[in-house]
Amino acid sequence: MKDGHGEAYREEAYELLAILEQSLLELEKAPADEEIIGSVFRAMHTIKGSGAMYGFDEIASFTHDIETVYDLVRSGKSVVTKELIDLTLSACDQIKEMVGAPNGAPSDIVKAKEIIDAFRRIIGQTEKSEKAETSEETIAKDGIPETKEEEKTATYRIRFQPFPQIFLSGTNPISLLRELSDLGQCKTIAHTEDIPLLPDINPEACYTSWDMILRTNKGINAIRDVFIFVENDCKLNIDLIDRDDFIETDIEYKRLGDILIDRGDITAEQIHEAVNKQKPLGEILVDAGVIAPDKVASALAEQAVIREARKERQAKDMAGSIRVPADRLDALVNMVGELVTVQSRLSQASVLLSNIEFIQIAEEVERLTAELRDNTMSIRMMPIGSTFSKFNRLVRDLSRELGKEIVLSTGGAETELDKTVIEKLNDPMVHLIRNAIDHGIESPAERVKLGKPRQGNILLSAVHSGAFVLIQIIDDGAGLDKNAIFRKAVEKGLIMSDAVLSEKEIFSFLFAPGFSTAKVVTNVSGRGVGMDVVKKNIDALQGSVEMSSKTGEGTTVTLKIPLTLAIIDGLLTRISDTFFVIPLSAIEECIELTCEDAEKSHGQNFINIRGEIVPYIHLRKRFGIGGKRPDIEQIAITRYDNNRIGLVIDEVIGEHQTVIKKLGRLYRHVEEVSGATILGNGTVALILDLPRLIAKTQMEEKNALCERLIN
Amino acid sequence: MQKIMTVDDSASVRQLVSFTLKGAGYEVLEATDGRDALAKLTGGFPLNMVITDLNMPNLDGIGLIRALRQNSTYKFIPIILLTTESQTEKKMEGKTAGATGWIVKPFKPEQLLAVVKKVLG
Repeated sequence: MKDGHGEAYREEAYELLAILEQSLLELEKAPADEEIIGSVFRAMHTIKGSGAMYGFDEIASFTHDIETVYDLVRSGKSVVTKELIDLTLSACDQIKEMVGAPNGAPSDIVKAKEIIDAFRRIIGQTEKSEKAETSEETIAKDGIPETKEEEKTATYRIRFQPFPQIFLSGTNPISLLRELSDLGQCKTIAHTEDIPLLPDINPEACYTSWDMILRTNKGINAIRDVFIFVENDCKLNIDLIDRDDFIETDIEYKRLGDILIDRGDITAEQIHEAVNKQKPLGEILVDAGVIAPDKVASALAEQAVIREARKERQAKDMAGSIRVPADRLDALVNMVGELVTVQSRLSQASVLLSNIEFIQIAEEVERLTAELRDNTMSIRMMPIGSTFSKFNRLVRDLSRELGKEIVLSTGGAETELDKTVIEKLNDPMVHLIRNAIDHGIESPAERVKLGKPRQGNILLSAVHSGAFVLIQIIDDGAGLDKNAIFRKAVEKGLIMSDAVLSEKEIFSFLFAPGFSTAKVVTNVSGRGVGMDVVKKNIDALQGSVEMSSKTGEGTTVTLKIPLTLAIIDGLLTRISDTFFVIPLSAIEECIELTCEDAEKSHGQNFINIRGEIVPYIHLRKRFGIGGKRPDIEQIAITRYDNNRIGLVIDEVIGEHQTVIKKLGRLYRHVEEVSGATILGNGTVALILDLPRLIAKTQMEEKNALCERLIN
Repeated sequence: MQKIMTVDDSASVRQLVSFTLKGAGYEVLEATDGRDALAKLTGGFPLNMVITDLNMPNLDGIGLIRALRQNSTYKFIPIILLTTESQTEKKMEGKTAGATGWIVKPFKPEQLLAVVKKVLG
């Protein structure tokens, strides 16, 4: 406030000081003239008051004691002496100097202090006799809610009954209610029973009153502050009805119905039936006409809020937390993995031995293991917020470096993901955010020219969606240039120039290796350094990535990430004597493929499913597995990148708890398989890496097609 | 955009109020005293709120509030009175005349905005 606008204050202060000097000289001649004393006081008062408002705090505090002295003079408790006039004149010079100083501070602190001390002595002399008229001033203490200390969360019942004429003071009760609901969790019930019939209504009167149940940690004074201006225009009751440190002793014993059921005198159904016939108390009272429905609604709301609060509190009291080293957790997860494997062996063995008792035990173990697995996995879950907050620094540094103004906001930071997944997400996300800052968001000048706000926005958000988490990186920058990407794709020979593609398909070219690094596209489309790397990282997490964009409005990148990596639900399938696991989350349906179906498509790997042509990969051929092909094969239809693709296998065995084991170093180059798992009988099943299997097959098919065309 | 009128005989207070409110996205009209304010409002000029000083020449804050409350256009708009702490009686007098609330001088810009937000809802 001091800069620029201090000028107005300075001008006014100089004017006042001139008047002040004049008045002081006159006062010297007529030391008892009340009018002159009053004008000196007012001038000091304004210099002080305006000084504080404009941020000249030192001038304000310096003037404070002088003002006090003249207030004493004005009220006849002190007299004007020659010394006081001299002192005040020197104080005027001091103030003049302070007003002129750029920061409003005195250059000679000792001198300033001497003057102040002299004034304080005068105040002291006068106040020795009468008990200090304590005008220890804080700046504006009345009428404005000060910042309150955090208090314990408590619940209040506020009954606000404005007088009918409240509108005449320009007060809108609704804005008070709104202000109140900003303090915390608030339930409001309006009482409308006093509203008269239409012919009797005075449209300028307020007939409504309100009950509010408010749960807040701001304390009762914050509530009173809301109503500070209307204290005399309403009836207001604020009652504390619940507090978090209340210890409720549950003296209530079981209800009658519960006792009767416990004793076996009556069944739960019978009670239920009887109770259903009975009306709730509120309804009975309303029917009897002893109470208005609004009053009942209000009381019920109070009950609901308190119950909710108590429940929450109980949950909080129970939930302590301990810190555990991550490697211990990893060890636990590994052990649970082993246990799941052993359990499936046990189940299989029990079936083979067909001993009823043994089967029962095996089933029990199976159930417990599944629970143990879910619990263990949930321990490793971490909110993604920790990763989000790291990006603040990245955005700050990078935008400064590039001369852009960017605000990063986040949503869904509490969304949980497996710790290992979060770690692996870091690099791709850094990449995507860098891209958004570097190529997405325009420079401030450019944005202003386009009619956008100077500041660009990047939003990181995470939400759960089934067994996946969707992470979005949204910017409001320039967006992608669809046509430029299309031209580039044609140029690169990825598509024919007359191809008709959806927006999504066009954007997916950005993920093609070597595509995005081309400088032309980077400049024109403003996007795409190493997007293929991002795609590869996300694929490795069994996830997918998608882009959407509107030119001029921004780009959204959506990452779909599985919740966990260690144990997945898989579909166990078989080809001859080799077992394959397909991630269950990718599977849409399983259908049969007869020899006839296969012949109908004339050697093309397509099948018609309810009118939709779906391509499939014949895994037996693809992996070169020997043995006889059965007459009826199975196709597991999977969805990948919004395309449906079938995988042909011999037999679907069923769902399988798949503990993912890494393959040895020798097999690392096998791209189609992401890992292996051990079945109950000790056999190894390979886990298919769908994205890579599909991508590789597509490439091979294309090459084969090209070769055929050439020959 | 909501329009607020600031009425004060001190140019520096007017400028501070005006600058603070404009920065918060309000449109601001200035008047030097009660009479000036009423003159500027003839013809039912649309207004959302008034912030007025108490002591002013020609027509003081209380007089201005009374006059505005007589006018059907401004009968229900929030009016905030600027007072000093020694004027408690005046504060109550203002309230009776129809002031919505008050701000004690000296105040900081953020305190002004808090009150404006409070009464404008």
